[in-house]
Amino acid sequence: MNQVAKDHVVIRFAGDSGDGMQLTGSQFTNSSALTGTDIVTLPDYPSEIRAPAGTIDGVSGFQMQFGSQKVNTPGDYPDALVAMNPAALKANIQDLARDGYVLLDIDAFTERNIDKAGYVENPISRKSLFDKKAYSIPITSQTLEALKDFDIPKKAKERCKNFFTLGILFWIYDLSSDFNIKWLKKKFAKKPIIAEANIKVLKEGMIYAQNSSMFQAQYKIHSAPLEKGTYRNVSGNQATGLGLVTAAERAGLKLFLGSYPITPATEILQEITRHKNFGTKTTQSEDEIGGICSAIGASWAGAFACTTTSGPGLALKSEALGLAVITELPLVIVNVQRGGPSTGLPTKTEQADLLQAMYGRNGEAPMPVIAAKSPADCFHQAIEAGRIALKYMTPVILLTDGYLGNGSEAFKIPKVNDLPDLTVKFRTDKDNYQAYARNPETLAREWVKPGTPGLMNRVGGLEKDFLTGAVSHDPKNHDKMVRIRQEKVDNIANDIQDLEVFGDQEGGEVLVIGWGSTYGSIRNKVQKYREEGKSVSHAHITHINPFPKNTLEVMKKFKKVVIAEMNLGQLDKLIRAKYIIETISLNKIQGKPFTENEIAEVVDELL
Amino acid sequence: MSEKLHTLTKKDYSSGSDVKWCAGCGDFAVLTQVQKVLAEIGRPPEEYAFISGIGCSSRFPYYMGTYGYHTIHGRALAVATGTKTFNPDLSVWVAMGDGDSISIGGNHFIHTIRKNLDIVCIVIDNQIYGLTKGQFSPTSIKGQVTKTSPSGKRSLPMDPVALALGAGVNFVARTIDRRPKQLAEVLHKAYEHKGFSLVHVLQNCIIFNNGAHDDITNKETRDEHSLILVDGEPMIFGKNKDKAIVLEGLNPKVVNRNFVDESQILIHHERAKEPGLALLLASMRAGKFAGSKTVEKFPIPMGVLRNVEEETYDSITTEQVEKSIALKGKGDLQSMLNSGDTWEIN
Repeated sequence: MNQVAKDHVVIRFAGDSGDGMQLTGSQFTNSSALTGTDIVTLPDYPSEIRAPAGTIDGVSGFQMQFGSQKVNTPGDYPDALVAMNPAALKANIQDLARDGYVLLDIDAFTERNIDKAGYVENPISRKSLFDKKAYSIPITSQTLEALKDFDIPKKAKERCKNFFTLGILFWIYDLSSDFNIKWLKKKFAKKPIIAEANIKVLKEGMIYAQNSSMFQAQYKIHSAPLEKGTYRNVSGNQATGLGLVTAAERAGLKLFLGSYPITPATEILQEITRHKNFGTKTTQSEDEIGGICSAIGASWAGAFACTTTSGPGLALKSEALGLAVITELPLVIVNVQRGGPSTGLPTKTEQADLLQAMYGRNGEAPMPVIAAKSPADCFHQAIEAGRIALKYMTPVILLTDGYLGNGSEAFKIPKVNDLPDLTVKFRTDKDNYQAYARNPETLAREWVKPGTPGLMNRVGGLEKDFLTGAVSHDPKNHDKMVRIRQEKVDNIANDIQDLEVFGDQEGGEVLVIGWGSTYGSIRNKVQKYREEGKSVSHAHITHINPFPKNTLEVMKKFKKVVIAEMNLGQLDKLIRAKYIIETISLNKIQGKPFTENEIAEVVDELL
Repeated sequence: MSEKLHTLTKKDYSSGSDVKWCAGCGDFAVLTQVQKVLAEIGRPPEEYAFISGIGCSSRFPYYMGTYGYHTIHGRALAVATGTKTFNPDLSVWVAMGDGDSISIGGNHFIHTIRKNLDIVCIVIDNQIYGLTKGQFSPTSIKGQVTKTSPSGKRSLPMDPVALALGAGVNFVARTIDRRPKQLAEVLHKAYEHKGFSLVHVLQNCIIFNNGAHDDITNKETRDEHSLILVDGEPMIFGKNKDKAIVLEGLNPKVVNRNFVDESQILIHHERAKEPGLALLLASMRAGKFAGSKTVEKFPIPMGVLRNVEEETYDSITTEQVEKSIALKGKGDLQSMLNSGDTWEIN
């Protein structure tokens, strides 16, 4: 059999939301990651848990890219589309790469399903409707045939069909099934017959692919030149949870998380709840306000306190954010952004909460805002948010989004001792204590735990005296406090990394600035421009409030500055307002990150 | 406190700040009794956290010589949930008004009760919005004329005690600013009770709702209109102790004591396992006092309505943490990060 080496491959798994496509996709991902390829994944599921089976609304997808180079994104156009029914085909076929192929379950192409998908006639039999290379495989019937001797209900047998599909793909991409077999045995330890059935079907799928003469070649993706080390696959939400647990440990504190379930942020609460043996306490609150308020109450008591949410939840938390600002308590607020306004697109991604994070509070209530750029980066930025919160006694907003939260990538596991030391010191000295006396360098006030003898004090949402923290209505004191709260946040600029440029260090034609989850698509496109010899560079902003000190200096080196974001230009507004420079705003608000072509549409014009 | 052994007094629990309530405000009585009770309990002031929301009574923490947090409107219980869950060693007390507790903060009120967080919650109820200068509150009676109800309030009030019982409260007492002795007794019991302890204090707003509780404070009428609950004792009231509560069907009924057999008079059991009796007592305040045209006017039950114990939210949280440590060992960061399916790149 021919083996053809490929740099990277994008596969999209699509089926009914009950078909187990997320599972199939992640199983494939793990098997490929174990061979050392770089991986990035993105699930794409409907907001209804089970929309009517067989309809377009019920289609659930999972896309992954694996490559022998850093892949950065789950890919724009799939090279392979797995379509488990006509609706899955119809919903995804337009995205397929020009030379891509479809692998479909011909058994699911019944008249009824074809009709439900909205096709007038069978798409497979009509060339005009369907001109891509297709492998029509009787996946369901082959699965049932393979399991004819198994004494389990037909429904349970049918449910194994995604492992038949997986088997075919394993053969096409020359991957071992060892990992999945181990996984199945563990997963169904209490139902060994189900494990056996799936394993049998998986193997039959591989044999089917090998024996049928359909496939002309096997593809091989060699391992990627990643940094040495131990890796695991993490989703952004999982990484955020792990990062928050890590930050607490590195600070010598116990973690408290107050949260209310909301798509697409809920997994962070679920992840952290698993780590009680670190002394972590979580509370699923009665509402979003309860989530943040309980976190504030825990922070006041001496916890490394966090709350996690998505846009609508952040809106509900706004008043409490102000309380954390004025009482100057450390707090990390994670906003896994989704499409808005209002309920918007709960399962789709967007970056339109930036201005809410910056300004969505009454009064002058400045707050550091940082953004993670990839699923694995969520881990590091959760720690960075914790570092800033604890060092400066301030709430910090960490922005991620649905694309990062649900997407996953290879995460190089750090050595704990290489991570920043966030050790916190509580005030216990009784002499000369003033509740709002500040560290001259950080302008942070001291943290006193209730329970500490001799330091009893009262804090609250009313304006505080500059020194004693007693309630003060003095106009001059208010002016002073408003300014010092701003100064405290502005000063953090001295304590963060400079903005780095990928590309022309001394300046050039075009600089594309992005923030958050657009990192991968911008970086890939800019890399291609550079390979073509074009002067396009990329700078990605992690610290949005305050900006890195060299931001203006960097931008001034380039003739054109493009700011790319999944909103109508919110970072662009902030940059223009602060630096008064000319920029070009590149926007897309379709619940999906940029494709490389969409970046090209704007940048090509400037070259 | 620890270095100098001295008998703790009320003063040790005062912050020394000027108290800025109106002269004659019922809040003074509550503050005094709380400070007195804490001195009697004898725990050092640093072990107390007083948390409040917004409203006149929510200035409470500023006057206490303990740790205090004056939070935002309606959220005191949510903040307290974090404080107590994180550090169960603190004695957490929440002071809030009628608007704070059951209007803007209603959701936190019912859910903190449901969770059975081990705190003392004092709801100081003057049936009016005082800090905003005189609008009706959810506990204002039907027909009450206020700045926002010039033609009379259009709805019946909600009673915090009945609401709390509906949410499953394990300790609930009602008292009034003008009965300092009962207030102190109830506060002691609330402190001793493990779990959410609600103390509903009827309070007089001298400026915006003066005389709201006249019926039960005036010497002339108070004995006719209040039923003082004593654990294990029959429910008897009236100036001449000539009235009693009996059960007629599923409802309470006021009768002349002389015309019933003593054995028919309801006996109060604050530790009754089932909440039925407490609910019955709570329902008595829904009568004509509240402006209802259908429900009879009953004397207002005062004292401890219910006092039972269940596991608390904070103690279960701590237990689960300890159990997890016992099961998995104390958390180790490196092994947490390295868990799951990993692979090596060499």
